[in-house]
Amino acid sequence: MIGRREHVTRAPDELRPYSRRLLEVDDLATHFTTPRGKVRAVDGVSFALERGRTLGLVGESGSGKSVLSRSIMGLLPGNVERQGSVAFEDHRLDQMGPAELRSFWGTQIAMVFQDPMTSLNPVMRIGRQITEPLRFHLGMDRREAEKMALALLASVNIPEPGRRLRQYPHELSGGMRQRVVIAIALACGPKLLFADEPTTALDVTVQSQILDLLRTQQRERDMAMVLVTHDLGVVAGHTDEVAVMYAGQIVEQAPTRTLFASMRMPYTAALLQSIPRLANASHTRLDVIAGRPPDLLDPPRGCRFAPRCPYAQDRCREEPPPLQEADEPGHVYRCWFPVGTERGQEALERNLAAPVPQGVDG
Amino acid sequence: MPEPDQVAPVAIRARRRTLGVPGKLAVGWLLLVVIAALLAPVLPLDDPNDPVGSIARQGPGTDGHVLGGDGLGRDLFSRLVWGARASLLLSVSAVILGIVIGGFLGLVAGYFRGRFDTLFVGLFDVLLSFPQLILALTLVTVLATGEGVSSTRRMVVLVFALGVVSIPVLGRIARANTLTWSQREFVLAARAMGARHRSIMFGEVLPNVLPAMFSIALLGIAVVIVAEGGLSLLGVGVRLPTPSWGNIIAEGRSELRDAPHVVLAPTVAIFLTVLALNYLGDVVRSRLDVRESAL
Repeated sequence: MIGRREHVTRAPDELRPYSRRLLEVDDLATHFTTPRGKVRAVDGVSFALERGRTLGLVGESGSGKSVLSRSIMGLLPGNVERQGSVAFEDHRLDQMGPAELRSFWGTQIAMVFQDPMTSLNPVMRIGRQITEPLRFHLGMDRREAEKMALALLASVNIPEPGRRLRQYPHELSGGMRQRVVIAIALACGPKLLFADEPTTALDVTVQSQILDLLRTQQRERDMAMVLVTHDLGVVAGHTDEVAVMYAGQIVEQAPTRTLFASMRMPYTAALLQSIPRLANASHTRLDVIAGRPPDLLDPPRGCRFAPRCPYAQDRCREEPPPLQEADEPGHVYRCWFPVGTERGQEALERNLAAPVPQGVDG
Repeated sequence: MPEPDQVAPVAIRARRRTLGVPGKLAVGWLLLVVIAALLAPVLPLDDPNDPVGSIARQGPGTDGHVLGGDGLGRDLFSRLVWGARASLLLSVSAVILGIVIGGFLGLVAGYFRGRFDTLFVGLFDVLLSFPQLILALTLVTVLATGEGVSSTRRMVVLVFALGVVSIPVLGRIARANTLTWSQREFVLAARAMGARHRSIMFGEVLPNVLPAMFSIALLGIAVVIVAEGGLSLLGVGVRLPTPSWGNIIAEGRSELRDAPHVVLAPTVAIFLTVLALNYLGDVVRSRLDVRESAL
């Protein structure tokens, strides 16, 4: 499995102006060496991202979405093996040493983390946390950096920015802290922002404010963004394109509209179904995806979703489906019996008719 | 833009700031000792090394000498204040040695882990297994005994001998705290902003580790004060006639029956100081736990 190349069939390069392309990830694989064996957290992922565009990276916990964004940046611990290529503009991030990578972090590529409670240093004033990268990377003096920090805090809609600069993180609410984290990430004007579940730790009321803020900032700065989340609802209104990850692979990718209009992958459909709907009567049983994500030490031989899939047939359990193109441009999926096709419908009906309930793994 | 979830945590903090009566007493006593020790040269005290025959072995209050005189007739109160100077200088220096060296090694071990960790933790274990008194005894005997040895040199050797043991103690605390703090997301976030390891270690992690080290350092000062007393009894403490709490006791020991106040006064001073340091160490530690869980 390692080193197997699966090329995503894309529109030929000349159709997209080269200068628009910012990030190109090709066949990226990240393996953790653990006492139990090799964990294939990311297993052959390829995608491209243009300047100013947003890619939503969706999947449940353990699908490899966070590891993927860290693999692209090169922010990984020591017990990791990474293969494949990551090209950022004309630079191969995967071939850079630590010092060279550091010169990209913060200035070209930045990251917003999940939990603003832990991603700010509790014993350091907000002001110093924002001005430090400004002074380090952009060589500003203290007064310049402070002025810039004020402007940054104001741009992420923090009231009384002057007072905030002198406060400690525990004096701010969760939503405010995440705004500060975003301000820090944006400080040096990165071209690419990874937002790793930026709203998961926040109140629902604040979530959409933060997402809107990211969206506005991104538009104003012509910055590309990878929005990592487990919530399809989050990507729906805030991304241009969505890649759904399962067990370390991209199982479906499409422009956001296309994906929601005509998803092909049963996993995507199952994710969508598992969002609770307001229209449902109260105490309606939540639709869950039965079973658990596969063990990444030893993923299933065929399709990795097959053990939990209501559409699964014998072929799914034997033969891993390649990424194939759907009718719409830019829509790829990894399934033998796709949702919304005749073949898929037949497969589903066959399973429903079978006496033994399908789709539950052991 | 209004934020619905802004809460002012002022009330919570205000409650945590109060020390309580025992805490205030402890701080008060320590302040008193530190100020007395610092101001000893300018305070209107008798010469601590000037024997006045009339008050030898006389109890408190004799001839206006607050605590009376010691075996040779030197003013005991004055010796106690000057002794605080030596005892504190010695113990604080020894612990600072531990904070600087132990803190640095612990920080590197906990941050980089791997080989540094194995090496430094091994080193700490080796240092911890030295019997402290024997080590100090040996070092002082070999390096700072004899006629030509200045009392400064004796002091430096003592600081080193007593500080060696505080290196692994503080080093372990630093390492353990660094291990947990450097797993925090803000360290990763700093890395993702392109910060260097050195500036993350000292700028991001160290300020979070210091409070825990501080609480142990207070206990460490107490331990060293007591250890100096032990060394003095063995005759290798602070060089006579310079008084320290330890060697006042050591000198007064032989006349315990006739002049018990000579031993009693420094003993009480040590007792109160160690008690205050231990109590404050606990206060600092519990304060720390609260803060960490409140995050």
